[in-house]
Formats: sequence, structure tokens, C-alpha cells
Amino acid sequence: MATVKYTKEHEWVRVEGDIGTVGITDHAQQQLGDLVFIDLPAVGKKVAKGDEAAVVESVKAASEVYAPVGGEVVEVNAALGDDPAKVNADAMGGGWFFKIRIADPKELDGLLDEAAYRELAGESH
Amino acid sequence: MTDAPSENLKRTPLDSLHRELGGRMVPFAGYDMPVQYEGIMAEHLHTRGHAGLFDVSHMGQARLWGPDADAAFETLVPGDVVELPRGRIRYTMFTNDAGGILDDLMIARRDDHLFLVVNAACKDADFAHIEAKLAGRLKMEILADRALLALQGPEAAKVMARLAPASAAMPFMSITDIKIAGIGCQATRSGYTGEDGFEISVPAARAEELARTLLAQPEVKPIGLGARDSLRLEAGLCLYGSDIDETTTPIEASLLWTISKRRRAQGGFPGAAVIQKQIAEGVSRRRVGILPEGKAPARAHTVVTDEAGAPVGEITSGGYGPSVGGPVAMGYVETAFAAPGTPLQLIVRERALPARVVKLPFTEHRYFKG
Repeated sequence: MATVKYTKEHEWVRVEGDIGTVGITDHAQQQLGDLVFIDLPAVGKKVAKGDEAAVVESVKAASEVYAPVGGEVVEVNAALGDDPAKVNADAMGGGWFFKIRIADPKELDGLLDEAAYRELAGESH
Repeated sequence: MTDAPSENLKRTPLDSLHRELGGRMVPFAGYDMPVQYEGIMAEHLHTRGHAGLFDVSHMGQARLWGPDADAAFETLVPGDVVELPRGRIRYTMFTNDAGGILDDLMIARRDDHLFLVVNAACKDADFAHIEAKLAGRLKMEILADRALLALQGPEAAKVMARLAPASAAMPFMSITDIKIAGIGCQATRSGYTGEDGFEISVPAARAEELARTLLAQPEVKPIGLGARDSLRLEAGLCLYGSDIDETTTPIEASLLWTISKRRRAQGGFPGAAVIQKQIAEGVSRRRVGILPEGKAPARAHTVVTDEAGAPVGEITSGGYGPSVGGPVAMGYVETAFAAPGTPLQLIVRERALPARVVKLPFTEHRYFKG
């Protein structure tokens, strides 16, 4: 069964085996507003936990998306190139950003579970 | 991603209405202002297609009185105030002794006074500047108890004609007193979006009633600062503090058109010598429109290079243009690179993205021509 974990910086990672699918939360897309461009990492890129892995651009500003866990990027969601608004429409599903081969599963332990994230997102309104 | 810190912010007379309408409030120029309601994209497109209502009450309004207030005011700005006809308004700027821009502003001639609108972030300094330089030559009345609303878009005139029939006859860049649904207002036919529209000065106590009246019209939606910025960028209009400031002159900013022949010749404003020399001999850099060729927006402070990678300028405003359907920007480049069509590169996240110089505006101005 897949487990979803969250960062305090509003990324999510869905873990299936040693692969993590990463995106930004629905709360984050609401805060950002209409997304117009998403700069995705190159497949094969190695990132450490907390590294800048992607950039989302709204009409107004650019925001960094950080890697929730370290590893190698194995796939990116190319559909976002043509339609960044997919993230606004379905942040936790079709609006995923990239998949990463997780180098150290222990890094997941430091992330938030859904209840903790909901509390955080609620408080930051 | 982080959330904006809360600050001790001033509120406009429409503050409670913004919150009731679901405006997302952000700090701007010392005020708590709505950045958006339903979303910047939708609000931008609504304004271009219909009519948008903006709260610009944070801006500074003042009246200047005195028999030679116009001649006195001309000593602070390169614009032509003496020959400004009654009932007309003009865009100009306060300059410093180096020809740099202290603020940009609208000046209007009423029957017995001048009326002035300046930027929120600069208003205290502007009013102090006027007081320091012109005390004794004119009397200034700062209108802190008035709100300012902007109704912008191709259907703005239709809305105004319904509520205030007299407004229909107003030419572009004119000013008059009107009543909107019984509320006494002062309206200018002007704005900051490239569209036909009106800016309406109203006593603070009647501002919410006026805003509700305008919002009750089927063409009108409330629009936040986010779309105001994307609309003015597409319209090629300068944002003070970004595209123009104390280090840029009106000539470098491609604002020569705001300086009449008489004033170019006579001078008599701060920095006139510098500006006259620039008019005669040219400038080393110019503000231009820059169109990124890909999909990635280039934001303010992005380095602009030539095709070989040598820096030739910097973006001062950049983002996504919802009406253009892609990224748009403006900035300063060395004059040799200022001609429309010139290929450039924009250094975005350490990558060089192709772009070219284009004529401003990005979206055609649709001001009322009569």
C-alpha cells in the first residue's frame, strides 16, 4: 500500500517500494494561484533531501519545490509542460511533478503524516 | 514556499468589503490590500473582456491651490502643467537634480486648483517634497479622507453611462465632477490597464456604497493587485520602484513623450540639464519591451545578455501575460540592443533563454478616442 508523506514546505511524496512520486499539496496550489509554467528536473538528476528540485511559476511569482527525500529522478510529468494548470486542478493526482528512486528510506521518517500536515496547513492560513 | 509575515498595516475604506468578497489580503506599500479574489488569471481576462473594479485608495490624492500653482508645480516636474487645459489630466513625474525619477503621477487642472494622484509608497515623500519646495507659492490640501476606485475595461463606459450619464461624454485624460447613483464623485477618464476606464475619487464615507453600486452591475467584478500588475505590464506601463526610480531618467525610461516641446527647450525642472543633454545626445540604455520566446517567465532582476552571452541589461518587470498567453517582460538594455527585433538572451535559473526586443505595449491600448 502506498504511503503519502508531507513536508512543512508543502510538498508531498507518495511512496511505492523504492519509488517516490512528488508533487505540491492542494493547499500549496491554492496559495500560489494559477500556475503558468513548471520547471521540472532532468531525468537522471540526483538530488539530496531539501534540494531545490523544481520551480513553479504562477502569474505573479516563481516558487521553489524542494525534494522531500534524496535520490535520483527517474521520471517527470511531461504533461505539465503543456498544461501547468493540471496542478491547480489535481495537485495530489495528475498534477504530480516527478518520480524519484529513494536513496535512503529513513529520510521519510522525518516527514509529516497527513494529519500533521493538515494541522500545519490549517494553521498557516 | 513560505507565508507572508503579518505586519501592522493600514487599511483602505473598502477593507471590510474586500474581506467579505473573499479577497486574499497581502501587505503592499504599507497597506493590507487584496492581491486577488477568484484568481489573477480570471480577473485579468475579465478586465480585458468586461469591466474590473480596483481599490486604489492607498494612492495619495491632493489638491494644490494658488494663483500660479501651475507654474510653481512645473518647477518640480518635466510635464507641461501651465498649458494643461482646464478639465484635462496629464501623466508626469517628479525628478531629482540628476534627472532621476522620484515618483510618477497624474496631474489634473480643475476650475480653481490642481488635483494630484501619486503612488502609495511615495506619497509621504512626495507631499513633503512639494511642501519643502513650494511652500509660499501654493497651498496643498492632502485628501486623506478620500478613497480612489478604478473601473477599467471595454465595458466600463457602458456601466458608467448607466449610472452617471454625464460620464459618457468624457474624453480620454479628462476630469469632471459627477454623481454616480447619487454619490458625488470626481472622475477621470484614465487608468492603468491599457483599457478604457475611469478613476473615481470619492469621500471615504461613501466609498463602500459606491463600490457596491458598481459591483452590482453585471459587467463588473472586483479585481486585485495581482491582475492590476499583469494588466499594466501587458500595457507597457511603468511600475514605480521597478521600471522607474531615482536611478532612471525619463529619457532612459522611454518617457520622452511626457515632456512637451516647450519644456524640452525651456527646462526649469530638477535635472533639466541632464535630461536636455540626454535628449540631444541620446542615452546609453533604454527601457524596452522584451518577449521571451519560450514558456518560462523571466522576472524582475533577470540578467539580459546579447547572443554571445555578454550582459547588456536587466529585466525590471516580468511575468506571465494572461491576454498574451505567455511570458512578457520589460527592462533596460544598452541602446545598441534596443531596436525592436533585436535577439537577446535571458538568464533564468542559470540557463540562457532566447528572447527579443519588441515594441510596447504587448496588448494594444484601447483608450477611449471619442
